[in-house]
Amino acid sequence: MDVPAPKPSLAPPPGKTGGKNRWTESLRAWAYILPAGLLMLAITFFPQAYQGWMAFTDYRLANLRFNVFDQGTWEKFAPPLVGFDNFVKVLTSNLAIENYDFVRLLKFNIAWTVSNVFFHVLLGIVIALALNSKNLLGRRFYRAVFVLPWAIPGLIIAFTWRNMFDRRFGAINQIIGRFNAAFGTAFPTDNRWLDATEPPAGGNIGLALASVVLVPLLLWGLNALFRARLPFWLKLLPLPVIAWAFVELLNMYRDSPMAFWAVLITNIWLGWPFMTVIATGALQSIPEELYEAARMDGATGWQQLVNITLPLLRPAMIPAVMVGTIWTFNNFNVIYFITQGGPFGRTELLVTQAYKLVFTQRLYGVAAAFSIVVFFVLLIITILQNRVTRATEAYYE
Amino acid sequence: MNNPRLQALVKQVLLQVFLLSVTLAVIFPILWMVSIAVDPRNIDKPLELTLIPPGASFESFRQVLFEPSPLLCSNPGDVATCMTFGKLLVNSLYVSLGTAFFAVILGASAAYAFSRFRFIGRQAGMLAFIALLMLPATATVTPLYVLLGQVKFASEPLRTTLLGLAIAYTSGTLPFAIWNLKGYFDTVPEELEEAALIDGASVTQAFFRIILPLSLPALAVTVLLGFMTGWTEFVLAWLFLDNPARFTLAMALRSLQGQFTTPWSIFFAMALLMSIPPVLLFFALQRYIVSGLTVGGVKG
Repeated sequence: MDVPAPKPSLAPPPGKTGGKNRWTESLRAWAYILPAGLLMLAITFFPQAYQGWMAFTDYRLANLRFNVFDQGTWEKFAPPLVGFDNFVKVLTSNLAIENYDFVRLLKFNIAWTVSNVFFHVLLGIVIALALNSKNLLGRRFYRAVFVLPWAIPGLIIAFTWRNMFDRRFGAINQIIGRFNAAFGTAFPTDNRWLDATEPPAGGNIGLALASVVLVPLLLWGLNALFRARLPFWLKLLPLPVIAWAFVELLNMYRDSPMAFWAVLITNIWLGWPFMTVIATGALQSIPEELYEAARMDGATGWQQLVNITLPLLRPAMIPAVMVGTIWTFNNFNVIYFITQGGPFGRTELLVTQAYKLVFTQRLYGVAAAFSIVVFFVLLIITILQNRVTRATEAYYE
Repeated sequence: MNNPRLQALVKQVLLQVFLLSVTLAVIFPILWMVSIAVDPRNIDKPLELTLIPPGASFESFRQVLFEPSPLLCSNPGDVATCMTFGKLLVNSLYVSLGTAFFAVILGASAAYAFSRFRFIGRQAGMLAFIALLMLPATATVTPLYVLLGQVKFASEPLRTTLLGLAIAYTSGTLPFAIWNLKGYFDTVPEELEEAALIDGASVTQAFFRIILPLSLPALAVTVLLGFMTGWTEFVLAWLFLDNPARFTLAMALRSLQGQFTTPWSIFFAMALLMSIPPVLLFFALQRYIVSGLTVGGVKG
């Protein structure tokens, strides 16, 4: 294992790197990456490339006998090439599958991601701040308990919540009954959480959520946009897009069935501890002197929060939000085990739809095209997110 | 309200009320599971909100722990070939620890290169690993099935072995592991390694003796995430494993969810037992988690 190194070749400062040195350096670096790289090449790149080819074929159940490594199967089982047919079918919702509508899936997926990540980050930061306050009693106890939603396997949590959202004797309806008895209110206790198709309270709850989630995001986005160092006319260009997205998401929340609220509650319960951990780490790295100086200048607690704590949380939260966005966007367990996309496909995500295309409909070619489309959607979202957060950085520094 | 001690008291009370309500929300679903698991009537839901139902017993836990699962047998006629909790646990531990082991070894090695060397293809390589985080893997199971079926390991296709499963899971955890470990390695001062190199250590020695010991938190996080993947995943497991003797706990739990009926007390007893190892691992590694996940992010 030990390779004698006559010359230490740790990252030399930029500019000093000579031509030949750079090659040996590169070789050494790739030797370290090789094991992981080979594994990814075999287990991820190869199947992804294969998927890229499948997307252009009419790959079905019968073609499963096809085996690239066995020439004998080629002639008999190779799927016919169909060009961009699968992509066209996926994007124009021209598939003989119940409740399949690509545009609605995409909109719902975005609405789901935005609301989840928003609450994860909000709760994560608020709880981290509470846990980090001075002289808190029982800090160790809370730290231990608050890791539980993260530590318990996700599929168990999903089954538990599905059980709790049951119409008869489900925990949630029973709690509402208890609440009614205690406070004399009359909330419905017979909620069909998972299969009612109409939005709760005639869509008013959806509008309330939209105002809690979307309005701050809209204001933040507009603020960032107009503070960005761009020519004025360029700042006007995204406005119609922002307005359109705002209205579409608003409609999505208003019209979402009760099942959306069930899975949203579950996934908020599951997701905030990760953000709390990140925020805690960032809080602990803020030097105490900053607060002392601020107090000497007479800053109030609120001013310290807004001018010191939140800006210094930002660099740690941004990568967490990015990873959280990807994880939430592709979250399989919660939707699949609680609603199975129901009622009538209204809580279906792109990943659960992809799973169904493979395991229920067995349309492997279509599923491959679908997965590639999902990948590009996610890629665009990540790049946009990256641009927006970078563009707004200047304002904070 | 100008009395600072009174202020501190009010603040403490408000914080406790807030944190206790969060605690309640966190443990409620767990208590609900316990309540169903100890219910002797084997009903799907408690008829009212009581933690301890009438006639509570640990019968379902006893059944899960000591009786063979009738659904998972190599030979359905012979009870001796059926899986027991112990065998399932061994399989699950094998897959999870295997995944954690591969993830930490391969991840640390690759992350070290990305963190410490300036080499040709560095940017592209890093981007490739991050893009992998975004690829939905659902449709790739078909080619993966074919591929792992081709590779033979000890005269068996790799696909049907627990080792093959651990390797497949590792590829899922590596992108995040590399990204997180690289961020952490970046914060370890290079001067420490340079000093070791001047003292005559090789680059490899410097990596093992200096970087790795100083990066325990990030390594712990990698182990944790690898373990969790192996412990809870079952989609690939269902598809790849043929022999019930190799089934894992997650698969056994999933198999209890029948199409029409589910033995709920047994299901939740098993769910609770299955939650214990990851929870213990979280507690054991808790002091590392916070810095292991954030130090790289704060500085990087």
